[in-house]
Amino acid sequence: MILESNLHPETASFRATVPAGEYFLKVVKAGQTVRILDLEGNQAADTLFYNAHNPTERYSAVDTIREQGNVYLTAGSRLISSEGNLMLDITADTCGRHDTLGGACAAESNTTRYALDKKCMHACRDSWLVAVTEHDELGLSKRDITHNINFFMNVPVTAEGGLTFADGISDAGKYVELKAAMDVLVMISNCPQLNNPCNAYNPTPIEVLLWD
Amino acid sequence: MLHTATPPNPALPLYDDLIPGGSHWSFIIRRGHVLRLIDEEGGANVGMLMYNPANPLERYNMPDTLKNQHTFLLTQGHVLLSDMGRVFASIVHDDLGWHDTVSGTCNRKLVEQRWGRKTYQDARNLYHRNGTHSFLNELAKYGLGKKDLTANLNWFSKVATNDDGDLRFVPGHSRAGASVDLRFEMDTLLVLHTCPHPLNPASDYPRFPLRYQLYKAAPVSDADPCKTSSPEATRAFANNALYHLFEQEA
Repeated sequence: MILESNLHPETASFRATVPAGEYFLKVVKAGQTVRILDLEGNQAADTLFYNAHNPTERYSAVDTIREQGNVYLTAGSRLISSEGNLMLDITADTCGRHDTLGGACAAESNTTRYALDKKCMHACRDSWLVAVTEHDELGLSKRDITHNINFFMNVPVTAEGGLTFADGISDAGKYVELKAAMDVLVMISNCPQLNNPCNAYNPTPIEVLLWD
Repeated sequence: MLHTATPPNPALPLYDDLIPGGSHWSFIIRRGHVLRLIDEEGGANVGMLMYNPANPLERYNMPDTLKNQHTFLLTQGHVLLSDMGRVFASIVHDDLGWHDTVSGTCNRKLVEQRWGRKTYQDARNLYHRNGTHSFLNELAKYGLGKKDLTANLNWFSKVATNDDGDLRFVPGHSRAGASVDLRFEMDTLLVLHTCPHPLNPASDYPRFPLRYQLYKAAPVSDADPCKTSSPEATRAFANNALYHLFEQEA
């Protein structure tokens, strides 16, 4: 569902550009709204959410899709935690669909998906592992890296049970906006994937904006 | 249905056991063995998680399994991948053609809302267990916990979608005697429960047992149907071969 936001970038309390291949880590307080902006189009923002006070509670793709009865995310979707609690609402979306089945690229999954010799290419799970090890005060580790949301990715499922990676439905300037229902730690890997035609083999920066 | 593999000789199970409905269990299965899951009465759901016992940080990865094989369902010919690019198990035989791995598992709130609260004090071992607590109960035996819960498998359950992505649980999908054979390609810690599928609309708590049997697997050739089912699977098997390199030398 396409639903535009009435928030203006000039009034944002925080703005940061995240280059491809880097991570973004920030606590979004309950009631705040975070926007993830696709600056140049068809970029994948691989995102994990944790309860900021107890990161053992985290975004759960399977609980979210089951509770909403649909495999795609868009405006109106409620992101559900591993404890069954509402973490964030998607309050605006100019893409219309985001993926939560496809997971994140990793050195190891690059070997199986593309070629064995792709193992040393930079991947999303590398970015997250750097994020959690650089911030050991959070008490996070590889155990905490679970299924994520791929904002701006389009992964259609067919009635026959097929799964395909379609061309992106995002474009330069498209965004998704989420309002936090609890204090959440947002951990994004701005995807560095060079092997996937979805982004025309050209990972690009995203911007993250925050409103109080 | 991708390929037909020869099932192991059913006359020779190494082990044969029945897990009651609404229960949980776990064990380590060694590579080179086949686990046959049998829906004893029809209507079963088996929630399952997989870990590498030598390094439990390596675990079943639903997204990698689905996207590597361009599939939303699991059936014969597919492989079950870890997050380290390796194959835990190959589905070498399947009577049903569709198993779910995207719906998660039932939790206490869901079970109480749908089927009512039935405690051990009320019902003894017929109390209403839920999938999340069942997994946590078994995981704790290996020093694992909530952080290790990830997207699980739901054997014998079918959840389809339409073009808009709406989920639809298909009742009556499995039948008495239906079986799935998993051939293990590396040592695996298996955590399983027989709690209801979270989307099962039944009015009474669905309680169906699982029979499982262990067999010795035949050697896996380069022409094996699961190994050759996709270039992605072939490469995952190559990663397994590297993982077992020193073992093969010994």
